[in-house]
Amino acid sequence: MRINSFFYTLKQGVTSIFRNKWFSLASIATISACLFLFGLFYAVIVNFQNVVKTAEEGVSVTVFFDEGITEDRIAGIGDMIQKRTEVSKVVYVSADEAWDSFKDEYLGEYSDGFTENPLADSANYEIYMADVSKQAQLVTYLESIDGVREVNKSEVTANTLSGVNMLIGYVSAGIIGILLLVSVFLISNTVTIGISVRKEEIEIMKYIGATDFFVRAPFVVEGIIIGMLGSALPLIVIYFIYNNVVEYVATKFQILNSLLQFLPVHTIFATLIPVSIGMGVGIGFVGSFVTVRKHLRV
Amino acid sequence: MLRTKDKKRVDKKMKKVGSDEIICLDNVSKSYSTGAPALNGINLRVKRGEFVFIVGDSGSGKSTLIKLLLRELTPTEGRIVVNGTDVEKLKRRKVPKFRRNMGVVFQDFRLLKDRNVYENVAFAQRIIQAPTREIRRNVPAILSTVGLAGKYKAKPKQLSGGEQQRVALARALINKPPILLADEPTGNLDPKNSWDIMKLLEQINQNGTTVLIVTHNREIVNAMQKRVITMKKGVIVSDEEKGGYIDED
Repeated sequence: MRINSFFYTLKQGVTSIFRNKWFSLASIATISACLFLFGLFYAVIVNFQNVVKTAEEGVSVTVFFDEGITEDRIAGIGDMIQKRTEVSKVVYVSADEAWDSFKDEYLGEYSDGFTENPLADSANYEIYMADVSKQAQLVTYLESIDGVREVNKSEVTANTLSGVNMLIGYVSAGIIGILLLVSVFLISNTVTIGISVRKEEIEIMKYIGATDFFVRAPFVVEGIIIGMLGSALPLIVIYFIYNNVVEYVATKFQILNSLLQFLPVHTIFATLIPVSIGMGVGIGFVGSFVTVRKHLRV
Repeated sequence: MLRTKDKKRVDKKMKKVGSDEIICLDNVSKSYSTGAPALNGINLRVKRGEFVFIVGDSGSGKSTLIKLLLRELTPTEGRIVVNGTDVEKLKRRKVPKFRRNMGVVFQDFRLLKDRNVYENVAFAQRIIQAPTREIRRNVPAILSTVGLAGKYKAKPKQLSGGEQQRVALARALINKPPILLADEPTGNLDPKNSWDIMKLLEQINQNGTTVLIVTHNREIVNAMQKRVITMKKGVIVSDEEKGGYIDED
């Protein structure tokens, strides 16, 4: 392709958007609407998953040791536990630390009467899970370790969180799938209608002796630009909405702050920008490419 | 379909086609899925530089003939050779280059409505990837040949029917094709504009372009005294040098 033909194609693609402004606006609006819903849903899901993940990280299993166990053995058990893949963090709590924490939490000033540590045998490991669904498996392992007296766990919390996590996974995959299908259907329909009304233009070009590539290239450029605009607009809107909602919730519902930690906007956009633009450009490209092909057989 | 023996005979004939014959149809038939054949065993030779009228009623097969020459359709039977190219053997990707041998003019002008006169004409040069410098030189020259030099910025809807047909002619001729096909070029024009267009076509023919015109315009056909091929129900019923429009009986 000659350089002037290349620039001519680009120019035609851009001017076509203005020449067919209603079609262009309809296409951009359709792509924007679909990707806006997609982006919004994605932001909600990702935050929800984050809340569940934070909750999961707080779920711990506590391991108590046999009486008279040596410090070396405790350290050895700690090493063994740390090596497990389902474990994210192991915290050692000595008997003194356990008593201090108990006093602070429950006794306050009434603890003065105690001269010895009543929790002398309560040195333990607090084990935090990387994958809460594997808690039962870990507990079985912990109980089998020589020197372990007792394993405390909360099965209900672990099972609930693991269930919620799975549910979110399925629901979000389902909804994202449906949204994608609807988007592709709506957008390709709009592109099809827009190009079909220009069928005559394509026919004329073909009669004069234009190659398929020469006819198609400006349409594809147009499709890609429309796709880019259609995906950029909802990203800008979501950016502002998200920031405002986060700020609003943080100031008006301070009580929720400890429970609900919103992800920073850049974390969400790190995925949302490439996915949205990829979808917009991809749909614009494929839509125009396929639709023009239908009219090229003249 | 042609039998092998017939095919060999036609091939031999085609090889004999001299460079003075620019269009050659041998035993060409075209049938659509329903109804009678649109063309039935057509034999036709057009020499380089000829001016030919093709006349006939609706349904006589004129439009099918034009579509076959443009390779929009392929024949059910027979061979078509245009400017040395066997149309049936032509691969789909070679069709655009083949069509550049022919300038085409239609009854409804078929201009790109959203582009001005200059861009409509320049488009034919762009598809052959002519350098911009050349386009800037050739477009004003051809527009002045068809008498539209002053209207290069106008959009098609701002022009009269005659002017639009002149733009279509300029577009058809700018790449200097050896053949010009005109399908009812005066069908949408008043008598004065029709004559102006015909004079232009005659002038183009005098410069060496082979001109093939499908028309219903009896007055023009009778007055111009050119070769007239009359078609009826898919067959050629008459082919006369300096002929006239034959009335339907």
